[in-house]
Amino acid sequence: MTMLGDRQQLSYIAAQAADARVNVELETEGMTLNIGPQHPATHGTLRIVARLDGEQVVWAEPVAGYMHRGYEKLTEVRTFPQVTALINRIDWLGSFANEVPFILAAEKLMGVEAPPRAQHIRTILFELSRIANVSLFLGDLGVQLGAVTPVFFAFRDREYVLNLIEAATGGRFHPNFDRIGGLKDDLPAGFIDETRTVMVKLRRFCDEIESLLFGNEIFQSRTRGVGVIPRDVALSYGLSGANLRASGVEWDLRRDQDLPMAWNKADWKVWTHPDGDSFARCWVRLQEVRESTKIVDQLLDTIPAGPVMTKVPKIIKVPEGEAWVSTENPLGEMGYYVVSKGDLGPFRVKIRSASFNNISIVPWVLRGVYVPDIITILASLYFILGDIDR
Amino acid sequence: MVGVELAYWAESLLRVLGGLVAVLLPAGTVVYLFLFKMMSFMQSRLGPMEAGPYGSLQLFAEVGKWLQKEDIVPTNAQPEARIFKIAPLVVLASTFLLVAVVPFGPDAWFTDFDGGIFYALAVSSVSVLGILIAGWSSANKYSLLGGLRAAGQLIAYELPMVLAVIGVVIQAGTMNLQKIVVAQNAGEIFGWDGLGNPFLLTQFVGFLIFMIAVQAELTQTPFDMPIAESELVSGYMTEYSGFRFLIFFIGEFATAGVFSMIASVLFLGGWGVPFAWFGWTAIDDVDNWMNVVGPLILFTKMIIVVFFVMWVRFSYPRFREDQLQRFAWKVLIPISLANIMVTAVLKVAF
Amino acid sequence: MFPLSSTETTAEVRDDVRAAALAEVTGALGDAVRDSLLKPGDDIWVRVDATAWRTTVETLKSLGYGYFCFLSAIDWMPSPYGKGEDDPTEPAVERDMTIRQGYAGGESRFQVFARFVKPCETVGVTIKTDVPESMSVPSISAVFAGANWHERETHEMFGISFDGHPDLRNMYLPTDFEGHPLRKDFPLLARMVKPWPGIVDVEPLPGEDSNGEDDAS
Repeated sequence: MTMLGDRQQLSYIAAQAADARVNVELETEGMTLNIGPQHPATHGTLRIVARLDGEQVVWAEPVAGYMHRGYEKLTEVRTFPQVTALINRIDWLGSFANEVPFILAAEKLMGVEAPPRAQHIRTILFELSRIANVSLFLGDLGVQLGAVTPVFFAFRDREYVLNLIEAATGGRFHPNFDRIGGLKDDLPAGFIDETRTVMVKLRRFCDEIESLLFGNEIFQSRTRGVGVIPRDVALSYGLSGANLRASGVEWDLRRDQDLPMAWNKADWKVWTHPDGDSFARCWVRLQEVRESTKIVDQLLDTIPAGPVMTKVPKIIKVPEGEAWVSTENPLGEMGYYVVSKGDLGPFRVKIRSASFNNISIVPWVLRGVYVPDIITILASLYFILGDIDR
Repeated sequence: MVGVELAYWAESLLRVLGGLVAVLLPAGTVVYLFLFKMMSFMQSRLGPMEAGPYGSLQLFAEVGKWLQKEDIVPTNAQPEARIFKIAPLVVLASTFLLVAVVPFGPDAWFTDFDGGIFYALAVSSVSVLGILIAGWSSANKYSLLGGLRAAGQLIAYELPMVLAVIGVVIQAGTMNLQKIVVAQNAGEIFGWDGLGNPFLLTQFVGFLIFMIAVQAELTQTPFDMPIAESELVSGYMTEYSGFRFLIFFIGEFATAGVFSMIASVLFLGGWGVPFAWFGWTAIDDVDNWMNVVGPLILFTKMIIVVFFVMWVRFSYPRFREDQLQRFAWKVLIPISLANIMVTAVLKVAF
Repeated sequence: MFPLSSTETTAEVRDDVRAAALAEVTGALGDAVRDSLLKPGDDIWVRVDATAWRTTVETLKSLGYGYFCFLSAIDWMPSPYGKGEDDPTEPAVERDMTIRQGYAGGESRFQVFARFVKPCETVGVTIKTDVPESMSVPSISAVFAGANWHERETHEMFGISFDGHPDLRNMYLPTDFEGHPLRKDFPLLARMVKPWPGIVDVEPLPGEDSNGEDDAS
C-alpha cells in the first residue's frame, strides 16, 4: 500500500529493528497504557489503548462506544421535525450546523426550498456555530500542550458567540431552530449590530491566539512534523474538513457544492497547508475562524427581506425517496443519507459524522510517536465524542 | 557591632521558627500572589474573591480542604505503603535542607559555611529521590512515567545549573553564599560603587541558564512533563490525596521560593544593599538593623524573580521529553561551559 | 412519485457532469452493474453485483473517486413494530411487510451501500449491492483504509460480515451483545419496556383534516 512508503513508517521500522537488537541483551518488556476513558486529554470518553516501548508507541488503538446513543435507530421512531432535537447532540459544540444538512436533505426529498432570507440566516448561524466550535478548539489546543492561558481567552470570547446564538434561537448549546422549509423565527432586533461587534472581538481573539500559541517556538517544535498525514492517506481514510485541507487538498464543500445556502454570496478563501502535520491542521482551523467572521460580516450586509418560512403542510410527510446532503461542518464533512417511505418519519438515516472518519486514522498515525505526541495529534485531529459515537 | 545576646535554646528556637517561616511564607505568597491572582488576571478572570478581602484567605480554605480529605493509599501500593507515604516528606525535606544555607542578613542565617552553594546544589537533588519513590511506589503507569521523566529531567538540568553557578563562584572567589552577597554589594563597576556589582550584570548568561535550569528543576511549564496533566493526568502525584498531596504542593511552591532566593543571592545581591550607600566596606561594618531589613529586601527580590518564573509558566506550552533533553545537553551545557571559560579568562585578565 | 428504478434520466433539468460521470462509471464496471439511477442536480446511484463489490470500489478509485465518504447498510424490511407507538393492551396491528427497495432497485432484504467522491470536483456516486443469503460481502478495507471502521460498525449493527476484513470486533456494543440493533426486527427496547406516552394523547393533531388528502397521495 501507498502508506508504507512514508518516512514516518520507515523511521518506525528502523527504530523497531534497533530495539530488537537491544532486546536480545536486555529482555525489555513493553507496557500497555490505557489513556481514557476518563482522562484529561480526551474531552469525553474516548479510550486509547497504547502499547508502549519506553515512551514510544508501538501500536495504539482508539476504543469508541462509551457514548453510543443509537441515534440512527432512534430516528426511525421519530417524525422528521423531531429528529433535529436528536441530531443537535451529535457535535455539541456547533449544534446548529448539525441540523442544517438533515433539514436540507428532507427539503430535497420534499422539493421545497427555504426562502432567501432563511437561507441567509441559516448560513450566518451555521458560521457562528463554527466559530463557537473552533474557537474552543484553539483554546483547548493550548491546554493539551501545557499552556493554560489560551483556553480562558477562548471561553471568554466564545461566550459572546453563544450569546448571539442564544439571542437568535433561544438555546445556547442546542438551538433546535432549523425547520423544514425555513427557520422557526426571524432574527431579533439589534442582532446585526451586536454580531458585527462580536466579529471584531473574535478577529482579535484569533490574533491573540496566533501570537500566543502559533508564534511560540515550543508550540512549533511540538507540532511541526508530528503526525504527518499525506494526501492520499487522508483521502483513503475519508478525512474531511480542516484535516484534509491541511494535507493539501483544496476542497471545501461550502464552496464546491451547490446547496441552497448563502456561502457563495460572500467573498472568502479556502485555506490549505501543504505539510499535513499537526501544526498545519491547527493553522488551517485558525484561518477558518477568520474566514468565518468574514463570511458573517458580509452576509449581515446582504440579508434579503422577506419571510423566513415557506409554506409547508402542518403535518410533514416526506415523499418516498433517498437523499444525501452533506455540509462542511466545523469538524469536517457531516452528511445524512435519508431514506423515506412516504411516512411521517424517516425509514433510515445514515449519519456520516466527521469525527468517526477522522479518528479512524489514529492507529495509523500514532505508530512510532512518543506519548506526548499522542496528545498533540489527537488534539490537532480534533474530535467530539458525540460525533464519533453518535 | 553590638548584637543582641541570645541563649542557645532561644537561638535554636528562633532558627526553627525562622526555617518554617522561610519555607512556608514564600510558598503561601507564591501560591496566592501568583498562582491565584496573577494567573487569573493574565487569563482575564478575577480568581478567588469570596474568602476574605480579594480572596486572601482562600489559601487557608484550600489547606483546610486538603487536611480534611482522606489519606488514601491505593490497593496496589499497599505492600509498600510506608514508602508511598514517605515520598512527599522526602520532597519537602529537600526544601528545608535547601533553605538552611540561604543568608537573610549579616547575622540572620541558619548556617554559614564555606561550601554553601555546593551544599545547596547537592541537597536540591534529594527531591528527585522523593519523586522517584512516589512514581514507583504508586503502582500506577502514569505515576511511573511521570517519575521516570522527572528523574531524567532533574538530572539533566542539574548540570547546567551547577555550571552556571561556577561562573559566579569564579567571580566571587568563594562558595560561601554570605561572602557572595558581600562580594556583590561591596563591589564596584569600573570604580563606581553606587550599585555595588550585582553578578546579574557580569554573569547575565549564567543568570539566564540558571533560571532556565531552575524552571526545569521546579518542573514548571515549559518543563512540566513529569506532571503533564493532559498526558499523564498528574504524573507522580496522580495517586496522592489529602495531606500528602498538600505536602507535594507546598514543596513545589516553597522550592520555587527558595530557588528564587538563591538566585537573588547569587545574582541580585541577596539581602544587601550596595554598601557604599551607608559607607560600609565589609560585612563587619553592616549595621544591626540590616538583620531585620535584609530579609525583607531578599523577600522582595525573590518576589521579582518568582514573577518571571510564573510568567513563563502561564504563557508557554510544554516541551516534549526528547526536546527537553536535547535542549539541556546540546544548548545549555555548551553555553554554560563557554560562559565559564570567558569568566575565567576575564577574571585573570582583570 | 419518483420512479424508483430507471437508467434513464427523467427530469427536465440536464446535468451533463453527472450524466458523463454515470456513463464513465457504468462503462468501466461493465457487466457488474445491475441497475443505476441519475437524478440531475442530485446524485448518482449504481447497484452492482455483490461478488463484484470490491472490484467496483477498485475501479472507482482508479477513476478518481479517491475520497471515501461512508459505508453502511439498509434493512429494507418494514419494521414489525411500526414506530413503537402501539398500545400494548390493544391487539397487534396488521402491517404491510412487503419489502420495497429504494433507488436503483434491489433483490434482497439487506443492501450495503457506500459513497465515494471525486475530491475537489465534488462529484459523488452512491454504490449499492444486494447482500446475498450468506450475509457476507467482500471487504473493501484494503482499498480504502477508512472503510475498516465503517465495516465494523455495519457488522455489529446489521450482522453483515465482510470477507477479508482484518478485525470485525464490535465497536459500540459489548462483545457478548446478542442481536443487531439496526435491523428492523430488533425492537427498540425503550418503546417496549414503557409504552409510548403519546398513546394517551387523544387530541387530534392540528390541521389533520385539511392536509390529510395531500399527504396521503
